[in-house]
Amino acid sequence: MELASLSANLLLISFIAYLVATLFFGGAVKGAKSEATYQNNRWGTIGIAITIIGFVSQVGYFITRWIASGHAPVSNMFEFTTAFGMMLVGAFILLFFIYRTPSLGLFALPIAIIIIGYASMFPREITPLIPALKSYWLTIHVITAALGEAILAISAVAGVVYLLKNVDMTKKSKERFWLEAVVFTLILVVGFIVSSTTFKVTGYEAAFTYVDQNEKPAQMVYHYPPLFGMHQYEALTPGAMEPWAEMPAVINAKTLTTFVWSVGTGIVIYLLMRLIYRRPIAMMFQSFAKKANSQLMDEIGYRSVLIGFPVFTLGALIFAMIWAHEAWSRFWGWDPKEVWALITWLFYAAFLHLRLSRDWEGKKSAWLAVIGFIIIMFNLIAVNLIIAGLHSYA
Amino acid sequence: MAKSAKKNKRLVIRTITLAVLAIAIIFSIASKDKVKVLAVGDQAPDFELIDLEGNKQRLSDYKGQGVLLNFWGTWCPPCKKEFPYIENQYKDFKDQGVHVLAVNIKESKLKVEAFRDQYGLTFPIAIDKDESVKEAYNVVPLPTTFFINKEGEIEQIITREMSEAEIKSLMESIQP
Amino acid sequence: MNKIKCQCGHDNPFGTVLCESCGRPLTEEAKKSKLVDMRYEGSSRRSQTYKRSIIDKIWNFFSSVKIGVSIIVAVLATSAIGTIFPQKLYVPFTAEADIAAYYERLYGFAGVVYYKLGFHDMYSSWWFKILVGMLGTSIIIASVDRVIPLYKSLKKQRTKRHISFMKRQRIYGEGPSDNPDEALTKAEEKLKALKYNVKTEDGAILAEKGRFSRWGPYVNHTGLIIFLLGVLLRGLPGFYVDETMWIREGEMRAIPGAPGYYLESHQFILENYTKEEAEDVFGEALERVGMIPKNYQTDVTLYKTKDGLPGTADLEKVEDYSIIVNKPLKFSGYNVFQMDYRLDELKAMTFQLTDKASAGSLGEFTVNLVNPEKTYDLGNGARVDLLDYYPDYDGIENGEPVSKSPLPNNPAFIFKMVTAEKPEGEKSFVAIRQTLETEENNYKVNFLSAETRNISGLTIRKDKTLYILLLGGIIFMIGVAQGSYWNHRRIWIQKGTDGELLVAAHTNKNWFSLRKEIDKVKDFAQLPNYEDRKDPESNSQKEGDKA
Repeated sequence: MELASLSANLLLISFIAYLVATLFFGGAVKGAKSEATYQNNRWGTIGIAITIIGFVSQVGYFITRWIASGHAPVSNMFEFTTAFGMMLVGAFILLFFIYRTPSLGLFALPIAIIIIGYASMFPREITPLIPALKSYWLTIHVITAALGEAILAISAVAGVVYLLKNVDMTKKSKERFWLEAVVFTLILVVGFIVSSTTFKVTGYEAAFTYVDQNEKPAQMVYHYPPLFGMHQYEALTPGAMEPWAEMPAVINAKTLTTFVWSVGTGIVIYLLMRLIYRRPIAMMFQSFAKKANSQLMDEIGYRSVLIGFPVFTLGALIFAMIWAHEAWSRFWGWDPKEVWALITWLFYAAFLHLRLSRDWEGKKSAWLAVIGFIIIMFNLIAVNLIIAGLHSYA
Repeated sequence: MAKSAKKNKRLVIRTITLAVLAIAIIFSIASKDKVKVLAVGDQAPDFELIDLEGNKQRLSDYKGQGVLLNFWGTWCPPCKKEFPYIENQYKDFKDQGVHVLAVNIKESKLKVEAFRDQYGLTFPIAIDKDESVKEAYNVVPLPTTFFINKEGEIEQIITREMSEAEIKSLMESIQP
Repeated sequence: MNKIKCQCGHDNPFGTVLCESCGRPLTEEAKKSKLVDMRYEGSSRRSQTYKRSIIDKIWNFFSSVKIGVSIIVAVLATSAIGTIFPQKLYVPFTAEADIAAYYERLYGFAGVVYYKLGFHDMYSSWWFKILVGMLGTSIIIASVDRVIPLYKSLKKQRTKRHISFMKRQRIYGEGPSDNPDEALTKAEEKLKALKYNVKTEDGAILAEKGRFSRWGPYVNHTGLIIFLLGVLLRGLPGFYVDETMWIREGEMRAIPGAPGYYLESHQFILENYTKEEAEDVFGEALERVGMIPKNYQTDVTLYKTKDGLPGTADLEKVEDYSIIVNKPLKFSGYNVFQMDYRLDELKAMTFQLTDKASAGSLGEFTVNLVNPEKTYDLGNGARVDLLDYYPDYDGIENGEPVSKSPLPNNPAFIFKMVTAEKPEGEKSFVAIRQTLETEENNYKVNFLSAETRNISGLTIRKDKTLYILLLGGIIFMIGVAQGSYWNHRRIWIQKGTDGELLVAAHTNKNWFSLRKEIDKVKDFAQLPNYEDRKDPESNSQKEGDKA
C-alpha cells in the first residue's frame, strides 16, 4: 500500500515538473536573441534539467507501481496512457540532446501533460492481470509499442512547430483553418479533463439498468449527468437527471454522454479564449515557434519517424504477432486494434516513401506527421472506447 | 543482334516475373485456409473398433468386399429414418459381398443397444468413444455415409439422409 | 539503346542524369537546375527507359513509387473500413442468414449496406487480396528496378568530380586557401578520425561513410516479400491446421487435425482473485469491478497411438500438462491453446426410490449420464432398471420421447421400479420437474442431487509457415534499422584550378548532423565556408553572428 501511494506521489511530482519546465522553455524561446543563445541559454538548460527530474520521477512511479502490482504497469487505459506520456518525454529528452532546441520542449511537454492528464481520468487503482495478459510479452510488446508511438509523436510536435512558423496566420487559408482545428482538438481533450474532474470532485453518480446489444439485461453507472440513455434504460438512482434521448443498443450512451460533455466544455473554453484573445488561438502559439529553425524542425520531424518506425514495427507488429500466437493461437486476427496498428504502420511507410521518392518535405511532411499522430491517438482512444475488440481491457 | 537478344531476355524475365506474381495472387484468392478433407477416390483410412457384440471390426479385414460405412447418432432424426432401409438392403447384399458397418459417435452403450433393439438392426454397430474414427474421416454432419469399394477406395460420400432406392443403387456400385 | 558518352570519357546507360563516374549533369534539365537531384545518384532507372510492349508497360506501372504509395493508401483505407463494424469472425453466428440479420438488427440500414458490400468479411475478400498482391508486386518490381543501377553507380563513382557536380550540391563552399595541399592532408586526417573511408585522387578527396545504409530499403523489402510468401503458403494443405474441440472433464478424445494424438482432460480450473490474497494491492479494483478472473486451466494428459490405427485402445502416454492461457501445450509442431470453457454440465444424477404411501426410502442410486447402467440394485429385493434414456429431452413425437442432442442438457429416463411388493415392476418416465406414469404407481423415483463437470474449449494449431514469417520479420527489421539508423554521407574536397578549395557534401538524411561533422573538419583543416542551400535561415543566422 505504501509503495502504491509513493508511486502516485512520484507521478504527481513529474506532472508538476513538466508544467514548470514548460515555463522555462517558454522563457528560453522568448528570451533568445540569436540562434546561438537560443540553443544554449540558461532558461533552456534549467528547463531540460527540470524535465529530466520530472522524467526520473515518472520512471520512479513506473518502477514502484511495477513492484507493487507485480506486473509492468501497462495493463489498462490509465497505465498505458501514462507510460505513453512518459516515453514521449523520454523521446523529447533524447532529441533535445541531439539538436538542443527549446521550442520542441515548449510544445512536447504540454502535449505530454495533456496525455498524462487524460490518463488520470480513467480508474487509477492497481488491477490484477486477467489470464490473457499474464505473459512476459505484455511487458515486451506494450512497452516497445508505446515507445515507438511516442517517438513518432515527437515528429508531430516538430511538425506543429514547423507549421506554426511557416503558415501565414494573418490571411484566411485552408492551412490556417486546419492548424486551428488541431489546436481546437487539443482544447477538447482539456475540456474532457476539466469536465471529468469537476464531476469527479462533486462525486456525481447515476445508475441505470438497460438491455445490451445481445438483448441481455445489464447495468451501467454514469459519472456525468446522463444526456443520453442506454437502450431501454431504467433509472436506479432516485432524483437523477432524466436523459434527453434513448439510444439504440449499439451505441454506448454513457460514452456518448461523456463525449458530448467534453466537447461542450471544450467549446466553452475555446470560445472564452477566443473572446479574450480575439484572434485564432493558433496565433497565440505562433510567437513561440518563431525562433525555431524550419529546416531543423523538418529534420527532427523526419528523424523521429526514422527512429520511431523500426521501434514501432518491432513492438506493435512483430512482438504483437508473437504474443498473439502464444495467447490467442493466431498471430493475426484482424481485431480492430491490430488493424489500426497496421494502418499506422502503412501510413508511416507511405510517409517515408513520399519523402524519399517524391520530395515531400517541409509543410507536406509536417502535415503528414500531424495526421500520423492523429491516427496513433485514434488507435489509443477511439478504438479502445468505441470499437470494442479483444484489446478493450480498460 | 546482341541488343535485340538482350531485349528479348528482358521481356522473357519480365513476363515470367509478372506471371508468377499473378498466379500467386490467384492462388491466394482460391485457397481457403483449410485442412485437407477426404474426397471421393481417396483410400479409406483404416481403423479398428469393437462392436456391441465384442467383436473386432477392422476395415481392412473387409478388403475384397464393398463396405457401407455409416456414422450416426441415436438422437439424429434422419438416422432413425434411414436405418430401416439400410437394414433391408443389408439383408439382401450381405451375401453378395457388401458389408455394413455403423459407427455411433460417442454415445452410451445403453442408448445404442436400446436403439438397435428398437429398430431390430442386425449389422455390426460400434461406438467411436474417443471420436478418433470420426476425426480420421472428417465427419461433420450426421448421418454421413461412405461407400467403400473392394480396393478400399471411397466410391461415394453422402452427408444427408438417403432413400432406400439410393442406398440400393450405391450398394450395387460397390459390389465386388 | 544508345549509350551516353560523357565528356570525361565514361559510357553511361541511356536515361542517366548524372555521369556515373565524374558526376557531370548529362540532361538539359540537370544542367539548368541549381541543385542536382541525388536520388538514386542520378542513375538510369530501367523502367523509365523502355516503354515498348504491354509487359513493359505493366512493369513500369508497378515500378512507380507513386503507384506504390497509392496501393499502400488503398490497403490502409480498406483496412480502416473493415473496422467500422465488427468483422464476420467476431459475430456470434455462423449461418449466413443469421449474420445478415445480426448486422441489420444492430446497425440498421448502414449494417445492411455494410453486409451487402461484403465489408463484413473484408480481409478475405478477393479484392483485398488483390490489393495486397499488387502491393507485393510493386515492392518487388520497384526494388529490383532501383537497386541494380544504384549499386552500379555507387561502385563506379570517381573520387574527383566535375566542378559542375560539386557546384550543384546542397552543401557547397569555395574559397581561397593559403596552403591547399596542407589543408587537404589535414582534412584527410580529420575525416579518417571521424570514421570516414577516405579516397584521394589528384588533389581531390572523397570521404564516404555508411554506404550500406543505402541497401536498407531493399533488405527490408526482401523481408516483406518473404513474409507475404509465408502468408501465401498457408493456403497449401498441410501447412496450416486450425481446429477447435470441446473436451469434458474425465473424457479422452482424438485431437482434431492431429492424427494419432489423443487428449484426456482431468480437470478444468477457473480461479478468480480473492479479496484475501489480494486485499493489499488489488482491493480497490476488486471493490469496483467485482470478480476478476485469475486463471483458466485444463489439466490434461497427451497420448499417442502405438500403431497409428484410429479406434484402437493401444495408446502410449506422452506427457501430463496444464494448459493455461499464454501457455499452450506443444508437441511435434502442434499447439493446443486454452480458449474457452463451459461450467457445470450435468454428469451424474442421484435418485431415491420411495414408497409413495409411506414416503419411506428403498435406497438411492446414481446414474452416470455419460455411461448409464442398465440396472441399479438397491438391495432387499428392490432394484431400478433403466429402460431408456434421453440426454437432451425435447418432448414427445409420434408417441416416442425425443432427444435433440447427445448432450445431457435435459436428461429424461424411463425407469422400471422392481420391488418386493411389485415384482413385475412399475414403469415411470422421469424428466426434470416432470414424472409421467402410464397407470398410478405405488413407487416413485425422486431426484436427490446432481454432479456436474466442466468443459474446456481448446484450439489446435499447427502452422509450418511461422518460421518463414519470423524470418521475414527479422530481415525486415534488419533492413529497416540499417536504412534508418545509419546515414550515407559523402564529402568531396578538391583543389580548384587557381589553388582555391572546393567543398561539397551530400547525405541521404540528417543534414544537421552532417554539417556538424563538416564544421569539425573545416575548423581543423581551415576549409572555406560553405552554405546549406536549403536552409537560408541558419545561413543568414551565421552571417548575423559574424557581424
